[in-house]
Amino acid sequence: MTSEGKLLASPGPHLWRGFSTSKIMYIVVIALLFPTGAGIYFFGYRALSVIAVSVVVAVLTEYAVKKLRKKAFVMDWSAVVTGLLLALILPPTIPLWMVAVGAIFSIAIVKEAFGGLGHNIFNPALGGRAFLAACFAGVMTTWVAPMGFGPDAVTTATPLNSNFVWEGDKLSLYQNLFFGNTGGSIGETSASLILVGGILLLVLGIINWRIPVFYIGTVALFAFIIGEDAIFYVLSGGLMLGAFFMATDYVTSPITGRGRIIFGIGAGILTVVIRRFGGLPEGVCYSILFMNAITPLIDRYVKVRPYGLVKKVEGEG
Amino acid sequence: MRIKFGIKNSSRGVKLAESKFTAESPIESPLLPEKVIIPLQQNIGAPCEAVVKRGDKVLIGQKIGDSERFVSAPVHATVSGEISATTMVVNPPTGQLVTALVITSDGEDTWTKLEAAEKPDTLSTKEILERIREAGIVGMGGATFPTHVKLAPPEGKKIDTLILNGCECEPYITSDHRLMLEYGATILSGLNIIKKVLSPDTVYIAIEDNKEDAIDHMEKLIAVAGLQDSFKVISLKSKYPMGAEKTLIYNILGREVPIGGLPLDVGVVVHNVSTAKAICEAIFEGKPFVDRVVTVTGAVKTPKNLLVRLGTPLRDLIDYCGGMDGEASEVILGGPMMGISQPDLDSPVTKGTNCVLVKESRLIKEQDCISCGRCVDVCPMSLMPTTLAKYAKAGRYDDCKEAYIDDCFECGACAYTCPANIPIVQYIKVAKSELIKRRVNR
Repeated sequence: MTSEGKLLASPGPHLWRGFSTSKIMYIVVIALLFPTGAGIYFFGYRALSVIAVSVVVAVLTEYAVKKLRKKAFVMDWSAVVTGLLLALILPPTIPLWMVAVGAIFSIAIVKEAFGGLGHNIFNPALGGRAFLAACFAGVMTTWVAPMGFGPDAVTTATPLNSNFVWEGDKLSLYQNLFFGNTGGSIGETSASLILVGGILLLVLGIINWRIPVFYIGTVALFAFIIGEDAIFYVLSGGLMLGAFFMATDYVTSPITGRGRIIFGIGAGILTVVIRRFGGLPEGVCYSILFMNAITPLIDRYVKVRPYGLVKKVEGEG
Repeated sequence: MRIKFGIKNSSRGVKLAESKFTAESPIESPLLPEKVIIPLQQNIGAPCEAVVKRGDKVLIGQKIGDSERFVSAPVHATVSGEISATTMVVNPPTGQLVTALVITSDGEDTWTKLEAAEKPDTLSTKEILERIREAGIVGMGGATFPTHVKLAPPEGKKIDTLILNGCECEPYITSDHRLMLEYGATILSGLNIIKKVLSPDTVYIAIEDNKEDAIDHMEKLIAVAGLQDSFKVISLKSKYPMGAEKTLIYNILGREVPIGGLPLDVGVVVHNVSTAKAICEAIFEGKPFVDRVVTVTGAVKTPKNLLVRLGTPLRDLIDYCGGMDGEASEVILGGPMMGISQPDLDSPVTKGTNCVLVKESRLIKEQDCISCGRCVDVCPMSLMPTTLAKYAKAGRYDDCKEAYIDDCFECGACAYTCPANIPIVQYIKVAKSELIKRRVNR
């Protein structure tokens, strides 16, 4: 074409980094494969089926809701993230129909009813888990010891239960918590593989360090101050998965650096308070949900100081 | 002496692919245009009134438009010939339609008599400023603020630092880079004149470290002239938008220009290297601002740096570079970040045109904001771009103002980095123009 023909016009900038929402979600899925792998390794077929049901139902629900709302369905991987996360925070023995109910609730109510990705107030996976915990308290607190692909599921207490007894030295307990050979939710037991996924997200610039560092740091410090075992508090329960994969959810956490620090500290304090003084053995889910609720407030009052915000000297413009 | 500067707000701004294909291409002067289109306003400030009429014969360098207002700059004929028509074109810096004079060339290329200063060193500040104004010089980095105004700080304002800006932080553009390599001495003479007018304590020449050859060259010229004590070359980390006035001042001096204020409020004046060259020519040769270096790049056969007459239609430049590639459908005046898409190829080169970028058009598919905060992290002004865009979208313009929308200089780092592909700058521009309308109506 020699300078003839019609020109198109578009608003600037005319360059785009191309790091799209779908790409981000896709990378989160990849990072989640580490704790997912650990879950399948420790809890075998049960874990695999819970994960499969949760992911498939989450995506189908998103598709159905978009069709009902007459909106375009975009496969942006965010429903996969929600389905996967929900599965990872459920006990391996949960009946599959309950998993489906949880996934539907997560997507249809917690996410889409608020307007879909970007508009939801609460983390969808955590919302779904809280819903299931409220409806099926018994099932949601029944735990089995890791049995891999073996047949026998032996009921056990998780390390956070008050009746949990560890027959061995502290170091072997820490080791088991770190590598994941304990009872608990599907994807929460192996601190090491969660860390691998989390570090992957940090290195690739998907998540910011502030929330996980301040969240985990606050839990450790606060536990230490009240005379609890700080290492145990950090490695047990859903803290690692929550701190790296759920508290860092863009949509439901603050947008500024300082806001994220407040979010991390708040969630840390709440987690320890619920674990130590509350009626529940674990507090990660509710502490993040609570911080989700006050995130709009944090974003309203915690702002970045703009360049050039200085008091003008008297007598000037 | 070279001073290396790190970047004070290192997390801010964005690293862009340079795409400076023409960095090695010497400046060429293409054939003279058959006609030129001279808008009567090519700067920020008041428009000019035509001082010639249709049918008048004009010579190169002859003033064809002027204004009584202080913040304005006259325009000159850039070819010899006849005023053949008047038309309307968009003035890039303001986006408004302005009247333009069309001059059909007589092919003679005859200059008007130029009045070179006989003893440039003895000129008073007032005489220098008058010459710069008469030459129609405006900031050539893109903002096009009249230079004589910028050189006349209000009384009582002490300017302690003068920065000559050779950063050229936008991708693709190499006009300032080539200018420093080929007209370095002219630039330094111009800088000397600016220094004489402002008498600052320190003079910096700021160049991004992706132009090592220009840094070396300028240092060599300074050494040869024995000016090491007055001019200091600064090598700055290459990061967009380093060359923006406010970012530059912060990175070199750690000073922040107050919101709504000017660099002179913090004792600084920044001038572009191209402007310095134009100043030198105006003082020593009496030559008005009639031509400038433009990088023609992107999807053209042979990208080039061209010294062209103002008013040359973009079509001529693109044809000279071998025409547009098949897939290309968009022509941008300026760089890819802050440049503006042109409606047609009849648009002329104006005083602020540093680049003509030809490229494929990009389809913008806006998604919902996921509050990832990337725009907040990269904003050089530490604003919250997504919040501004949300307010603007909802028509909450007063909230935009509360959120310091006036501090935004539309660099586009936010929209570049946005995963949801939100045209944040576009929303901000709309809000700004609505706010201006309200102010005017009040």
